[in-house]
Parts: sequence; C-alpha cells; structure tokens
Amino acid sequence: MNYTLLYFASLRDAAGCAQEGVASEARDPRALYAEAAARHAFKMPLERVRVAVNGAFADVDRPLRDDDEIAFLPPVSGG
Amino acid sequence: MKTFSLSEAAIDPVALLRKLENRGIGAVVTFEGRVRDRNEGRAVRGLAYEAYAELAEVEGARILDEARSRFDTTQALCVHRVGDLVLGELAVWVGVSAAHRDAAFAACRYVIDEVKARVPIWKREHYVQGEAEWLHPGT
Repeated sequence: MNYTLLYFASLRDAAGCAQEGVASEARDPRALYAEAAARHAFKMPLERVRVAVNGAFADVDRPLRDDDEIAFLPPVSGG
Repeated sequence: MKTFSLSEAAIDPVALLRKLENRGIGAVVTFEGRVRDRNEGRAVRGLAYEAYAELAEVEGARILDEARSRFDTTQALCVHRVGDLVLGELAVWVGVSAAHRDAAFAACRYVIDEVKARVPIWKREHYVQGEAEWLHPGT
C-alpha cells in the first residue's frame, strides 16, 4: 500500500526530510515505524513516539488503509 | 473565534487581553512563557519552535474546551509561537477570564500544563557555544 509519512523535530532531522511517500507491506504504524527506523537509522524507540493518522492521534496498532498519512511525533516540548 | 492558535508573528498580549473583556467577569489571569537565557546549565542564545499545525490546533482547542468545562470560566485563549525567537521573547500566552479568581487561576494553570504536555510543538534550542538541539523531554 502507499502511505505518506510525516516526521517532526529530531526525527525530521534524522530522516533528512519532513515528508516521504512510501510503498510498503506494513499494515500498521508500528511496522511502518520499524521500517522507517531501519531506513533512516532512527535512534528513538517507538515507545517514545506518538502516532497520528490523517491528522488525529492514533494507536500504533491501528490498521492502515491505502493513502493514509502517518505522522511520527517525538516527545513534545512546547511552552 | 479560534481559542487556540499558532503564530509566526510576535504575540501581542495587549490585543489578546482585549478579547477577554466582558462586563460579567471579575477576574482575569494570564500566563506568559518567555525565552530564557539558560536551560539545564547551558547558555541559550535563542530558540525555534516547530509544530504539526493541523493537529496542534485541534489538540489546543480541545484543551481550552476542557478548561472551560472543568472550571467556571467565561473565556480561555492561548497563542503559541512558531519559528525563530530571541531571548526574552514571548513564546506562549494564556489568558482566562471568569467571574471569580479561583476558576481563573485554576483554568490558566490547567491550560499551560496541558499545552506543554500534549500539543505537538517542539523546541530547538540554539546555544551560545554554537550547537543546537531539539528538546524531547522524558528520556
């Protein structure tokens, strides 16, 4: 399936891009993150990352559909 | 009116305060978060905020809704900066109006604490020594 992945803050720096389109066999954000972490040598474990799907917070095991947009959010530091 | 917003321009607290005016209120509490010159022992020369804007605006508005339903407030607003900020600059502003002070203080505290914990915004500190780092609390 085809997905759009969004990266923020240190994950964006590690990925070298804010966004990328991927074709993947992964069916949930957990598997997609494992692939992205291997591709970009992410050091941040998934346990520290929040996931959003199509602009809303989502569980890492939520089933994905073709064309979903998945955002990987490292721990926030606003304020 | 949007209760939570991200701003690329400097925050104007006087203009924001005007939005809270209402004859029924007896108390206004505001919080201003500012850029500090040190963090964890390192001298800071400035910082940048990045947001996942689409989700930040939804989550921010949800927090302000929660504040209004938990406390007896009239209005609650929050603006958070994005982009590059210099020392002393206003990074976040929260303003709450209510009939009485207890609700205004409690709601203001609730909003800033929840915004810091939940809204997808990230801070990158630039240090006097030259390097820069994203802050991701909770190692």
